[in-house]
Amino acid sequence: MTQIKFKDEIFTVSAGSSVLDTLLEHGHEIPNNCRAGACQSCIMQLTKGSVPERAQKGLKDSHKAKGFFLACSCQPEEDIEIRLPDENQLRTPARVSQINELSADVIELKLKTTEPYEYHAGQYVTLWRDEGLGRSYSLASLPQNKQETLNFHIKLIPDGKFSGWVHTDLQPGDTLLVQGPAGDCFYTPGNPQQNLLLVGTGTGLAPLYGIIQDALQHEHQGEIHLFHGGFNINGLYLTDELTQLEKDHENFHYHPCVFKAESTLPESITQGDITKIVLQSVPQPAGWKTFLCGNEELVNNLRKQIFLAGCSMNDIYSDPFIYA
Amino acid sequence: MASLYERLGGEAAVNAAVDIFYRKVLSDDRVNSFFSDVDMEAQAAKQKGFLTMVFGGPNNYTGKDMRDGHKHLVERGLNDSHVDAIIELLGGTLQELGVADADIQEVADIANSVRDDVLNR
Repeated sequence: MTQIKFKDEIFTVSAGSSVLDTLLEHGHEIPNNCRAGACQSCIMQLTKGSVPERAQKGLKDSHKAKGFFLACSCQPEEDIEIRLPDENQLRTPARVSQINELSADVIELKLKTTEPYEYHAGQYVTLWRDEGLGRSYSLASLPQNKQETLNFHIKLIPDGKFSGWVHTDLQPGDTLLVQGPAGDCFYTPGNPQQNLLLVGTGTGLAPLYGIIQDALQHEHQGEIHLFHGGFNINGLYLTDELTQLEKDHENFHYHPCVFKAESTLPESITQGDITKIVLQSVPQPAGWKTFLCGNEELVNNLRKQIFLAGCSMNDIYSDPFIYA
Repeated sequence: MASLYERLGGEAAVNAAVDIFYRKVLSDDRVNSFFSDVDMEAQAAKQKGFLTMVFGGPNNYTGKDMRDGHKHLVERGLNDSHVDAIIELLGGTLQELGVADADIQEVADIANSVRDDVLNR
């Protein structure tokens, strides 16, 4: 007989019963539907212990890594502690260590936490100025480098409260609060030969920059193609760093793209609709893993097009940015 | 004799079928307007549930679930022609996976058995 702890209560799972059965029997409302491990409505998260492999069948690797499992398919073999998967983690204070200009309207914000901060490159956190003002930003840094350093690319949004504050008022030494991390747009080792397609617009580059470095640090062997789109040439940034990365790694390919060009572009930059450019460059993404970040409409459309072109649904990770 | 679900290959067959089937549905102008929801992951999960059911696999779908789940689509014009199209795309998916005609017919029969509930009749 094993026990589960949920919301400070302890329940015994009787033989043949699932975690879902047990919680429902005791009157807890857990979303569920097919109860066959297919629809994934009853997804929950472990906070202690482990679950049999069957309980994580069909979930994305990144979900498995974070302890997600399906309550209906889970007959635990040890005592576990679980919760519903709403992110409810505490905020951590972090000090501004550097503010650098990346382009005319994007700055790099570097924060230092007092303790090592655990995350996967490519995930996002919410940064809080105070109780009343917080915004989500993707992490552009790599946790392996220096665990207490967090990097962000902050785009100045016209009349944006938070980004305006960061661009004009925030100074090195100031403190803000970090909540998270969240999101499943990150590199998972285990398939080093798989080709990777990464597409980002604007500061959608931030998580992809972390993911690429993560993959290269894991000595990823498959081809890695990054398409970064800007409205015009001023929207491209980190071009020197990415060009250098391309020189250093034979399997990494950098494709800067712009929607509009006011003057003649350097040969390395392609002009046009980034969706079309990607689909022309990678016409058969079957078997590839795809990461999409940035403009919401573009990400959602590209996700559909990449799927229709042959990429498996389980291999597409996307992070549509929503601007407040 | 093995059950339909076992003959088809169980959960592995559902996983193999879901991408192919969903791709067909999204590409088919007769039915894709009913699948325009941008939450593709939720859609794929629903389709997995559907495929598990029509493959004769374990599920707890009731007639009421079917009615409630499709009511808003019936209000948007979902009718027999769309159910026919889905069953056709299902057959095409199974053909691609090399499933025998008799088994495809059995899957179509299960899909047809919920037709009235889906169409809220």
